[in-house]
Amino acid sequence: MAVMITEAPAPAGRPVRDRHHRGVSRWVVLALVTVGALVMLVPFAFMLLNAFKSPGDYSSGGPLSWPTEFYTKGLRTYWTEVNFPLKLWNSTLIAGSVAVLGVAVSLLNAYALGIGRVRGRLWIVGLFLLANMLPQEALIYPLYYVAKEIGLYNTQLSVIIIFTVIQSAFGTYLLASVMGTFPRSLLEAAALDGAGKWTVLWRVVFPNLRPTLAVLLIFFFIWTWNEFLIPLVMLIDNQTQTIPVALASLQGDRLMDAPTTNAGSLISLVPAILFFLIFQRTLARGITAGAEK
Amino acid sequence: MAVSETVAAPHPTATPTPRKPRRGPRGRDAAYWLYLLPGAVLFILVIGAPLVGTGYLSLTKWSGIGDPTFVGLDNYQQLLHDDVFWASFRNTVAMIVAMVVVPTLLGLLLAAVLFDVIGRRFKPRTAAALRAAFYLPQVLPVVVAGIVWGWILRPDGAFNSLLDAVGLGALRHDWLGDPGTALPAVMAVMIWVQIGYPVVVFMAALQRVDPELYEAAEVDGANWLHRFRAITLPQIRPETFVVALTCTIAALKVFGPIFALTRGGPENATNVPSYFAYYTFFKKLQVGYGSAISTVLTVIIVVVAVLFIWMQARSERRDRGF
Repeated sequence: MAVMITEAPAPAGRPVRDRHHRGVSRWVVLALVTVGALVMLVPFAFMLLNAFKSPGDYSSGGPLSWPTEFYTKGLRTYWTEVNFPLKLWNSTLIAGSVAVLGVAVSLLNAYALGIGRVRGRLWIVGLFLLANMLPQEALIYPLYYVAKEIGLYNTQLSVIIIFTVIQSAFGTYLLASVMGTFPRSLLEAAALDGAGKWTVLWRVVFPNLRPTLAVLLIFFFIWTWNEFLIPLVMLIDNQTQTIPVALASLQGDRLMDAPTTNAGSLISLVPAILFFLIFQRTLARGITAGAEK
Repeated sequence: MAVSETVAAPHPTATPTPRKPRRGPRGRDAAYWLYLLPGAVLFILVIGAPLVGTGYLSLTKWSGIGDPTFVGLDNYQQLLHDDVFWASFRNTVAMIVAMVVVPTLLGLLLAAVLFDVIGRRFKPRTAAALRAAFYLPQVLPVVVAGIVWGWILRPDGAFNSLLDAVGLGALRHDWLGDPGTALPAVMAVMIWVQIGYPVVVFMAALQRVDPELYEAAEVDGANWLHRFRAITLPQIRPETFVVALTCTIAALKVFGPIFALTRGGPENATNVPSYFAYYTFFKKLQVGYGSAISTVLTVIIVVVAVLFIWMQARSERRDRGF
């Protein structure tokens, strides 16, 4: 996470005197925070240590022993038994579609609310914000029932539609407030040039909001990727399940001895950690951009 | 936000306003409603109608097959006398402590220390690396984190082995299996999951604070704690509100970690409303009763959210001196 930390230049003439250079206290603080950070990482260390350990090794040496061999059969068992590539594809398809569609719906909604300033927009934005906070249990049974009735049950499409709406409720709220501060002069200039609303949206508003939309796209992707309850209810077989649902539904299964549990968890974490590494700069920028608003 | 140069500039030489945009009263334009149409239709189908449906079902008895039987407020009356229901809401208070109170307080302290002490007195890279370590659990699917922790806390799991290794073997315990320790264990996991979020948000917020405020305070001889209370806390209050609100909502809704760690057990020691509702819907097939639980949870969440937003608006008004 690269974040610029701007230090104010010390004003001339004032002695640079500070509290932390005086003693060892800053080292104590550093040591304490480092210990805290290491404690945060301990579960990952446990997982790595046991993901490549053979069951025999595990039962004789326990969870803390160093593996005597680099054992990958647990990993391979999990990979083939759950058909991990298919789960990866399902998760990617669902999260990717939701990210793109969710941003598109948010953009259209927010254009009407933030720039069009339609009547009652504050109430509408408030409604979207509240909708984003609703517990999914309050929606799940009717959604499950209707999905069964119309043949969308156990399809990725059902989950894509539901999360497009849930995520865009948040996106609408965020983008409407961002668009509320959009420079009116740009819009008026475009209107003077004879541009219609559709043209203004795609030629003026969209290019200016691209950084915010990128952050939103990544958020929607990661949030949808990590979702659990609705995929758990809607996706019931091996062909449609996502990575978290596949791992959770094997919990307690005979197949899942300790090394396989750890190996399965490990490969289920890898995509999430990869997104984090790839997108961290965009996200750090996005968080600060949001805070500066 | 930087304005890109792709924007069409007004032509000074163009014919004066060839087309006046049609505008309604106060600059509003009815045609914008068209842009809201797809979103509104989807919203009604996926959120509005199911919400009303759940509200209606909460007044019925139904197993999911055949027609629901209308029973009025029977389900709600039953809820009032249901020990599991009350236990689940007591556990929600524990979830608020673990997911809101502790992470927000600890997060404020950590963010201030990382930003102010480690970021300034050591290399900014050190602060960024430490922050990443605290934030890492936030990027994982929470169910996966729950499964790893479930294994760590098992009787033969890594935590007990660790206790053995440091000579505390006497403390070995079935952490998630004993009703006495299950809830504290789940709370500890939730603190681990949650802490990174306030740290990252507060560190971003601190960059917004004018460094001159600190310099002035330093000249006046204020120590670190004084400055933290007099400058840092008031300056990042908007972010504190956002963190407290979003974490409270998340704590009220928590489902995945409970599902992966304990399924609400043992003896409902870690049951929470959302898991209780899920279990009632899909395991006990009591759709009406499950809908009543969900409806109560929804009302509580809406009330909490509105209260928070109202308090935030009031504190902003006070700041502006009204």
